[in-house]
Amino acid sequence: MSEITKAILQAREAGGCAFVPYIMAGDGGLDRLKEDLLFLQEAGATAVELGIPFSDPAADGPVIQEAGLRALSAGTTLKAVIEEVKAIREEVHIPIIFMTYLNPVLSYGMAGFANDCQEAGIAGVIVPDVPFEESEPLEDCLRMNGIDLIRLIPLSAPEDRIRKIVEAAEGFIYAVTVDGITGVRDSFGGTTDGRLERLKAIADIPVLAGFGISAPEHVRDFGRTADGVIVGSAIVDALHRGEREPIKELIGSAKDIAVPAE
Amino acid sequence: MVNTTEQKAYQAPDKTGRYGEYGGRFVPETLMPALLELETAYREAKEDPEFVAQLEYYLKDYVGRENPLYFAERLTENAGGAKIYLKREDLNHTGAHKINNAIGQALLAKRMGKTKIIAETGAGQHGVATATACALLDMECIVFMGKEDIRRQELNVFRMELLGASVVSVDQGSGTLKDAVNEALRYWVANVSDTHYVIGSALGPHPFPEIVRDFQRVIGAETRRQILEKEGRLPDAVVACVGGGSNSIGMFHPFVDDTEVALYGVEAAGSGIETGKHAAALTGGRPGALHGAYMYLLQDEAGQINEAHSISAGLDYPGAGPEHSHFRDTGRVTYTSVTDEQALEALKMLSRKEGILPALESSHAVHYAVELASGMSPDQIVVICLSGRGDKDVMTVRDALKGGDGNV
Ligand SMILES: Cc1ncc(COP(=O)(O)O)c(C=O)c1O
Repeated sequence: MSEITKAILQAREAGGCAFVPYIMAGDGGLDRLKEDLLFLQEAGATAVELGIPFSDPAADGPVIQEAGLRALSAGTTLKAVIEEVKAIREEVHIPIIFMTYLNPVLSYGMAGFANDCQEAGIAGVIVPDVPFEESEPLEDCLRMNGIDLIRLIPLSAPEDRIRKIVEAAEGFIYAVTVDGITGVRDSFGGTTDGRLERLKAIADIPVLAGFGISAPEHVRDFGRTADGVIVGSAIVDALHRGEREPIKELIGSAKDIAVPAE
Repeated sequence: MVNTTEQKAYQAPDKTGRYGEYGGRFVPETLMPALLELETAYREAKEDPEFVAQLEYYLKDYVGRENPLYFAERLTENAGGAKIYLKREDLNHTGAHKINNAIGQALLAKRMGKTKIIAETGAGQHGVATATACALLDMECIVFMGKEDIRRQELNVFRMELLGASVVSVDQGSGTLKDAVNEALRYWVANVSDTHYVIGSALGPHPFPEIVRDFQRVIGAETRRQILEKEGRLPDAVVACVGGGSNSIGMFHPFVDDTEVALYGVEAAGSGIETGKHAAALTGGRPGALHGAYMYLLQDEAGQINEAHSISAGLDYPGAGPEHSHFRDTGRVTYTSVTDEQALEALKMLSRKEGILPALESSHAVHYAVELASGMSPDQIVVICLSGRGDKDVMTVRDALKGGDGNV
């Protein structure tokens, strides 16, 4: 079983749901990465999604866009991030998942990227601008190195499309809870209209909910149906402002979830 | 023997939206159902005589097609070589070729039941064309425009607002065209059910490059017919400027199988390719993925997209569409570049010699074509795609000339 899947199932078995924070590599300088990762690990994160900055992040809202620009002005490159992760990997025990747009990967070379990720102990890769139809070359390279290509599925997707993607999915399924970009949202207009339940019923690997999840009550709500949550903008924002308490509180909110009886 | 009808040996894109290795659909999952829906709707519309007739009606009675293929006698004399013809896209309603695509896509969106149109714009030409089509077809229109471009093109912003569009200022990134595309894509992801994105050039995820090309193809199809009428033969060379690549692909496409016709795409060399301040993706870039397509891009070693630089806002884009990227590799089209300074000279020359004030974008093609023609013989023919008129550029040109010796 994939390292990521295992970590998520463990969080579930412990009576909570998985919590995967997203942070932007190089925001505040790459030398901060180790400290941030160790803090998140200590606070109880299940895994970490590590964002690679890109000049044109068309799937991201303002908070992550700005973090990316800060990281780029600090000189962050994909190569440097891989090197840094490799250097600190022994102290970080939770799975690390890269979130990167495609072009930095193409520029690096897909095969070399997959190989170097493997050497740095990367467990999974998410590429928001590679949909199912374009995923084969990347999936092949990653698979050869034992790395999961994590696929996104919008809750709005038609059912036949959901089934197709689920069949190819590895690690976990990233359920995109709203049609839109990443960012902090106040409310989700109540529910996901049973669409998260529908996806969960089709999926044969864990489903994590993401996009817009930014408050402990979101975590508790989604954690009842999904196997866990991914929180990006709220974490990036708090780290940027040097506030660690709200992050601990968010992660804490995933520790005890009243899962409805099956 | 001259073929009076177009042949169809060259076929692209394939089913996956590829032109050779270029193109594709590099977009978030959320957009995929919309792209598949668009492709189906487009295939149906193309085959529907009613849709075709409707488009032809607007192109003729509203846009003013067909526009002339004009023999530029004084320009020809001045170049002292091949005969130079101008395809007068500048005479279209709203002053450029952009309206061909805007009307086509707005009609398609309406047919698909979409109520809202979004578009990106750099100089404002595509924004104005889209706002115009939306006024005509009674659709809501939002135009995304970089903060920096809004400052540079104040009058076009006002024009769009007069036409009933709302213009959204994009502060992100460098506040120019590529950032406006990013923001339009972000908006589209969040509003995909009722909104169609009228992309302004032969760019973006499949099927956009194909749709834009097909709607712009009227340029080359008319030109081919007109030159056969006037000269009884095909031209020796066809020249067009390349920003994202829509006027050029529309002009080139009907000639692709006519191998005796040399095709030249002219990119913006800005201050000069060697200065790094340019917008010549095909001449000075390398392949990568941006805004949904794999294509030639200006980028650094780590795959971060570089900003483009050109005096002409319409060429100020760091990429060139997938079909051009393919033609660059196959060599069917020769890509070259012209600096800001050379484009300004050409703008003055065409104004003085022919009484035609070309857009700065088109002036790039004019400069290269005149140079090319001067090295050819008087029995040869060069056609220039005069993609737009220069009224929008008068302020820019005045500032640029003042920055120089102050003389026009
Ligand atoms: C008059 C004119 N020509 C050319 C262009 C460049 O675009 P494309 O390469 O898509 O034709 C523009 C873009 O705004 C334009 O306004």
